[in-house]
Amino acid sequence: MSRTDAVWSEQDTTPDAIERALRELLAERHAESESFVPARVLNMIVFVEDEWGGEIANRLRNVGRYHASRLLVLSHEPRRERLDARVTIVSDADPAPGELALLRETVIVRLGDRHLDDLFTIADPLMVSDLPTLLWFPHGHPDAADALLALAQAALIDSIEEPVWRSAIDRACELSKSLYVVDLAWLRSTPWRERVAATFDPPRTRAELALLSEVAISHHPDSTVAALLLIGWLSSRLGWTLEPARISSSGPRASCVEGEARAGERRLALSLRSAPELEVPGLAGVALASESGLRLALDRGPGGLRARRREPDGEERTWTLLGASRGEGGILGEGIRAALLRDPTYTPALRAAQAMLPDETHAAAATA
Amino acid sequence: MAKPLAGAPEQVSVTREQPAALSEAENPLTAGLERLPVPATTLVIFGATGDLARRKLLPALYNLAHDGALPQRFHLVGVARREKAHEDYRAECEQAIRQFSRRPPDATVLQGLLEQVKYVPGVFDDEGVYAALGEVLDEFQERAGEPLNRVFYLSTAPSFFPVIVEQLGHSELAHLKDADVRVVIEKPFGTTLAEAEELNRRVLAIFDESQVFRIDHYLGKETVQNMMAFRFANGMFEPLWNRNYIDSVQITAAEDIGIGSRAAYYDAAGALRDLIQNHMLQLLCHVAMEPPGSFTAEEVRNEKVKILHAIPQPTAAEIANMAVRAQYTAGHAGGEDVPGYVSEPGVPEDSTTETYAALRLEVDNWRWAGVPFYIRTGKRLARKITEIAVTLKPVPHLAFSHAGSLGVQPNQLVLTLQPNEGVSLRLGAKIPGTRMIIRPVNMQFLYGTSFLSQSPEAYERLITDAMRGDATLFTRNDEVEAQWRICDPIVQYWARAPGPLPHYQAGSQGPAEAGELLRQGDGWRAI
Repeated sequence: MSRTDAVWSEQDTTPDAIERALRELLAERHAESESFVPARVLNMIVFVEDEWGGEIANRLRNVGRYHASRLLVLSHEPRRERLDARVTIVSDADPAPGELALLRETVIVRLGDRHLDDLFTIADPLMVSDLPTLLWFPHGHPDAADALLALAQAALIDSIEEPVWRSAIDRACELSKSLYVVDLAWLRSTPWRERVAATFDPPRTRAELALLSEVAISHHPDSTVAALLLIGWLSSRLGWTLEPARISSSGPRASCVEGEARAGERRLALSLRSAPELEVPGLAGVALASESGLRLALDRGPGGLRARRREPDGEERTWTLLGASRGEGGILGEGIRAALLRDPTYTPALRAAQAMLPDETHAAAATA
Repeated sequence: MAKPLAGAPEQVSVTREQPAALSEAENPLTAGLERLPVPATTLVIFGATGDLARRKLLPALYNLAHDGALPQRFHLVGVARREKAHEDYRAECEQAIRQFSRRPPDATVLQGLLEQVKYVPGVFDDEGVYAALGEVLDEFQERAGEPLNRVFYLSTAPSFFPVIVEQLGHSELAHLKDADVRVVIEKPFGTTLAEAEELNRRVLAIFDESQVFRIDHYLGKETVQNMMAFRFANGMFEPLWNRNYIDSVQITAAEDIGIGSRAAYYDAAGALRDLIQNHMLQLLCHVAMEPPGSFTAEEVRNEKVKILHAIPQPTAAEIANMAVRAQYTAGHAGGEDVPGYVSEPGVPEDSTTETYAALRLEVDNWRWAGVPFYIRTGKRLARKITEIAVTLKPVPHLAFSHAGSLGVQPNQLVLTLQPNEGVSLRLGAKIPGTRMIIRPVNMQFLYGTSFLSQSPEAYERLITDAMRGDATLFTRNDEVEAQWRICDPIVQYWARAPGPLPHYQAGSQGPAEAGELLRQGDGWRAI
């Protein structure tokens, strides 16, 4: 499928001029062929450090069909004095009779420190009215993020990128008070949550949920927060009370966090272990055991998750739960799509995970 | 720009949600998941080497596997006439998936899926086939250590449907302790009312209605499901959605192609049986049905059946005035000369099968009395389009001059199902200038511009629903019989008067005779 681009750029420009250029380019495209119609799904604002902009552009290129319909990249160079902008309108197909050729717009605005106080007035005119807006700050800059919060309905974060677990979870909790949070660390665990839910869906197994006694999660060394979120999810869905965990061992590539949950009179043992062999972010395995003696384990494997089930009588079975890896590009794409949905279970999971965080001293030692 | 965005979904107040209480009735872990669990299942495809299995079913199963949407435990058994080894059938499955999947297959997922495939050869009336099938099903169950639901998918010639169902009954495969057994029956479900009733009788002698899933793949299309969202999630249309404001409804399913390689099937079926008896009456039901109390299978299907029962069965005397059929002659399509229907490969020279059918139906109930529902379908028409056009009554008084313009025309709401799914509303607008003259303009919404997601294939949705036991998008026994009750008198009438048929040129708008169905002042929309 060929792609057709229309490009406009200007140095020392203004938001008004950029917005006018967008309108004119769209009108030109539509005049060229009625097949050209702008996608109108989602605005997305990405605030990046200019020197790392290429990496973010590459990540956004890999999201497949989940491109925001209008993408505004605010590319920050601290010493820049003037605003430069480039507008690109890309079609996903050549126009053909009776077919749609969807147009997606990317606006890159280069700006400096002197523009940070005016971010809202730069970004606001460049958003398509009445579309939801997603904010993404892959390189931090919470001050700039806060300046743009009022423009958005959703924020994209990746809790595993924050080195201090408490900061990651506290920041997500704080953001979730003012807008919908899409956390890539949470989305990476979707297949795990789906499969754990499915495991306990048959009525005869569902009763085991009330008998769970152990949960053990292994994870990429940088993805402890993802594991905490999964524990938080189980806890919030099953009505457990989590207690602050303790770090039983720590190191740059290996750590172990152990904790407990209370479910009425029962106590559950919880453990999170890093799996240094895992090369991609996210979870490596989930194991659950119940007081009846049932043991279930899911482990990452080729072509899906490897499931292992041991019955109370010791009989053991293994099989594969099929599913293709989404890759990091696919997960970012899911994140963009998720801005249009609402998952009511994330924030309760986040709040529950907050209760499990080890105390400051332990956490600092583990993440130093 | 203010926040929250007007019209955007409100942020769900997750903090108020109480921890789920553990109960055996509900699974607290499924909240918030887009994909609900599908019970462990063995799917058995009868007619496993046929065109439908290769082009639709196997690719759909692969795509479900790719998305992690198959059950935790899933096995596939192919049953077909030819003798072949499991490995050979797996190789055929792989080839079909590689050729027809909507995405390139992931090697490890494909391999994992194929490892769960077995093949049982034999003719469908041979008891030995079912004994062998039973052994394979038992083996899977033994290996899983838990009861596996069974879905028998009948993707065969229709004459085998009752044969397979009865053999499943005789071999005690139609019911299973601690697991659900379901049968999916492809279309056509009978070719006359009598056949449909007989097939229902034979199927329901073995299976309970709750086990039977009659496929109308149109219902699995996102576009058709969107019609319910359009009507029942938007308050602005409901006050207008009745005989007081709506003048007529026109439903069109036009194809620009001929019959391709389907001559044997199509010449026996014709346009009325192929599209109107099932798909187009379903579309009519979606337009005309009352809002169901809930979107459960029974509630939705109850409302559709009420509409079908409100359509009077045509009498022989009425048919000449409410039904038109025709056949295409040679013409032009896509800049090429194309043959007439009787010159298509495999079609008898003296065929009187209709390739075009149009009906005028009435829905005799409080909401729709007096509103004509025009339905038409045809092969080799000017363009491929499926749409529903709802024409509103004209304004009661015209204050504007219509000289020098197209004038004030009634509003028309058009729901396009394909190729560009969307909704357009025809409005009157002033032509710029010094005089107050009006012409119609279109306000258009296109689904393709408004969603990031790609619609799954209808069969992915329908197979999943069948495995989950959700029959909302399947046709119930009384529904299919009610559809036949409307079409059967026309089928019989046309069979008694086989020709000569009116003709229309390939690539045209259809036969002139179709205009005779219309009320004075009405017109068919341009295809």
